Formats: sequence, structure tokens, C-alpha cells
Amino acid sequence: METRELICIGCPLGCNLTVTIDGSEVNVTGNTCQRGADYGKKEVTDPTRILTASVKINGGVVARLPVKTSRDIKKGMIMEIMEKVHACSVEAPVHIGDVIIKDICGSGADLISARDVDRV
Amino acid sequence: MENREIVIIGGGPAGLAAAAAARQNGAEDILILERDRFLGGILNQCIHNGFGLHTFKEELTGPEYAARYISQVREQNIECRLNTMVLDLSADRVVTCMSRDRGIETIKAGAVILAMGCRERPRGALNIPGYRPAGIYTAGTAQRLMNIEGYLVGRKVVILGSGDIGLIMARRMTLEGARVLAVAELMPYSGGLRRNIVQCLEDYDIPLLLSHTVTDIKGKERVEGIEISEVDAASKPIPGTEKFYEADTLLLSCGLLPENELTRAMGAQICPATKGPAVTDSLETTIPGVFACGNVLHVHDLVDYVSEEAAHAGRSAALYIKRSSASQHRTVPVVTFGGVRYTVPQSIDTLEMDDKLTVRFRVGSVIKDKKLCLYYDDDKVSSVNKRVMAPGEMEQIVIKKDSFNGRDDIKEIRLGIED
Repeated sequence: METRELICIGCPLGCNLTVTIDGSEVNVTGNTCQRGADYGKKEVTDPTRILTASVKINGGVVARLPVKTSRDIKKGMIMEIMEKVHACSVEAPVHIGDVIIKDICGSGADLISARDVDRV
Repeated sequence: MENREIVIIGGGPAGLAAAAAARQNGAEDILILERDRFLGGILNQCIHNGFGLHTFKEELTGPEYAARYISQVREQNIECRLNTMVLDLSADRVVTCMSRDRGIETIKAGAVILAMGCRERPRGALNIPGYRPAGIYTAGTAQRLMNIEGYLVGRKVVILGSGDIGLIMARRMTLEGARVLAVAELMPYSGGLRRNIVQCLEDYDIPLLLSHTVTDIKGKERVEGIEISEVDAASKPIPGTEKFYEADTLLLSCGLLPENELTRAMGAQICPATKGPAVTDSLETTIPGVFACGNVLHVHDLVDYVSEEAAHAGRSAALYIKRSSASQHRTVPVVTFGGVRYTVPQSIDTLEMDDKLTVRFRVGSVIKDKKLCLYYDDDKVSSVNKRVMAPGEMEQIVIKKDSFNGRDDIKEIRLGIED
């Protein structure tokens, strides 16, 4: 049996989690919500993150459009996805929730806009 | 002179939530004054996620969280003047402001809500030796340049201070192709949220050097290197521990200071621990009819708590303008002891308070396995076991109005830590 001490990143409370792994049996204690239990299990089996970044936006009232993945992606894919993000640029106007890149790098998540940016 | 029921100074998260709540509590004539060209304040540059879990039960980025409140304010037809800088606020609530479109104006307000936010502690306040080369930024300035203006401020970066903005920027710079060599923290503990240490530093193998500080900045035109030394228990650099990092950029994440120039000039009492105005349970400053909320009152780690606090200030201001005659008061100071550094509010009107009041506080150092104790004069009324409390994480305790029943002569409320 293996035991791991984790800090939950589900929300800023940062609960101390103790995760015990016994074969395929994963148990989480120290969490204060279901999110914490889910995070603990996932972090020791298949760690994922929501990725946030910004892309170039042309003709907008600001120079950068904040974007995020529509769901969590595998931690190991972050840098690969960032390369796609760096190469991407969009035209204003863009609305919150607009899909910028569908199923980015086959991750199952879309890259979506996190802000309304009007045209100048 | 223009007359308004409620004038709100600042259109960031605090100002927006205060405006929405004031409207919901019956105030009809509300004006928000914002110096930037957008509403939303600092949230616009905080493009990372983690906002709104308490308020909306989902995980939003800063711009998304701001958008929720901006649309509330728009739906409620609350007037906002952008690009408008408040120059002066008098104790009789006359607001002097200026904008390119409208020139200088004076507005007489029935109530004022202070929601000006905070600023970062700059290099000048840190006493770091060295020249003044290009390449030294506060973390928030670098964040704005990167996330809004679109500039990468450097390629080899050292960060001084482990406040949340510094940690967030360590990850952000890494994702954008820079190398973050180290985060140095003077104290033996981090000033940021634990989740940020995990997902911003550990995820990217960025070293966090506790009990370390920057002792020299090399370079005259541009930063060429940063010298970091270990410090002793008195925070003094230990000779012989110097380590040189070849860096072109230094980011400073060394604390936030509430922006209270207007508050001070108005003559309101300032709390030395929070550097914000001292307030009662209705979040009213020592100047009648002037309320405060958000980071101008005390620096928060969570925007959700800012919104909650601001809604309270908005409601208090709405009640204030409706109130005709002075009611009865019994204002009791909240005193701290044993490691609690401050509370907000600093006093409670036990007759006029809400049925439940959230008192927010911070501790001065990391506290493990102790008890948080609340006293009314010499009576201990509650004692809660605390596994761990840290200066970087704001704590709160709820005080109920009926707990003061039969305590007509109470002189002091005391909150502190005991073994």
C-alpha cells in the first residue's frame, strides 16, 4: 500500500489530502468536498489541469484574448497545447465561450474564449 | 453640483458587487466611477482559473468572473463613468473627479463606497542594492504587460516574493517560453496559497527558496544577473551563502498595499495592521456615510470573499441613505491577541448588527494545532481547534447577534490564539 500527501488544487482553500493506493483501490481523506475526493484520485492515477493562456487578437480593443481549455487536459499535454496556442491568432470581435480551436491536439477539450473583446 | 444617492469609487470586483447589492436593496441612483477604460479591474489581467467556486459553484477565469458582475450591473442599468479619476473626497461626501470627456466635476453623494483596490509594493520600498536597470517589474505589471498588452517581459527570470501573483506569473512566464530560475521568499513560509505552490511551481519544477532574498542586482542598462542569499531568523542575509543567477528579469511579488490616498485625505481613521480604513460591522469608516470593501479595506486572497464583503457594503450604504433618524448604538471594539494580526471589522455595533456577521482576520505567522478563542470581556464564548493557519490565507469566524443577549455592558470583544 502506498500513501501520498497532496494539497488539493480544486479551490483556494487548499485542503491537505491523504491518498492511499492499494492496487486499484484509491482512498482519499482530508478533503472537505467531493471535488477534493475527485482531485485526489485523479492526481495519483491520471493528473489533469485546466490550461489558461492568451492568444493574439487582431482589430480588438485589447491586444490579447484570454483563453482556456473547456475541460481539464492531461498534465503531460500542456506544452504541446501551448505550441498550438502560440501559433494561433483571431480576429475581433470575439465573445466569451466562443470556440477558438476545437478538440485542441486531440485532447478532447476545446480552446475557448474567456472574454468579450469588441472590435476597435 | 450633481447630487447622487450612492457614489462608488472603483469599478473592479468590489465596486461592481457593491453596486449590484445596493440596487437589490432599494438604492435607485447609483454611480460607479472607474479610472480604467474597462470595468472589472484587476480581474481582466488575471486570466488563470480558480475564481468563483464559492459564488458560482464553478471554476472561472478572472475575465469570466468579472463578466458575470458587469452584466449584472448593466442589466440593473447602473451608470458607470469610465476613464474617470477621483481626485478628492471630502468628509461631507463631495467627490471631485476628472475625465477627458467631462472635465472636472463635483458630485455630492448621499453615501460613498470606497472600492479602489490595492497596489503592489515597489522596488523602492524593498531596499535592494544595485543600479536601476531595465528588467525589474512588479509581478502585476508584468502580468498586465503579458496578458493585456501582449509583451513577454523577459526570458530568464528570478522572482522575489512568493505572493500569489508571483507564483501565477512563474507559471505564466514558463508557459510563454521563459525560464523561471527560482522564486526567493524572505520568510520561512510562502505568502501565497498552497494550491498555487503545487500547480504553479511544483508542476513546472521551479524551485522555491524559503528564507532567501535578493542581495544584489547586477547590470546597469539591463538586468544581467541576480544574487540571492539565505537569511537568518532575523531575516538578515548570511554572508557566504550568495548564489548568482544569470537572469535578465526580476519580478517582485512582495505584498500589496491598499490604495488609501483618498481615505486618508478625507480624515478617516486608518488601521495600522490592514493599512485600510477602520470599519464597523456595517463596513462604515469613521466618516459617516462612507463605506469600504475589497482590497482597499484589507488585502484578500479570494475574489469570492471580496464580492461577499462588497455586497455587505452595498447593502449597508443602501440602508444608510434610507435611514431617517439616528438609532441606538452600542459599538464594541474587537481586540486581537496571541497571533491574530487584525480583524475586519475593527468594531461591532451589537444592537444594530445583522443576525450573523462574518469577521475576517489574518494571523501573523504559521500556527499549527492551536485554538482560536473568542472572548466577550473575560468570558470565553467559543474555542475552535485549528490544524493550521498561515499569514497568506485569510480566516473567518461568524459572530451571531443573539450571542450578545444579556450582555448590555460588554466593553470588548477579543479574538486570539491559545494553546
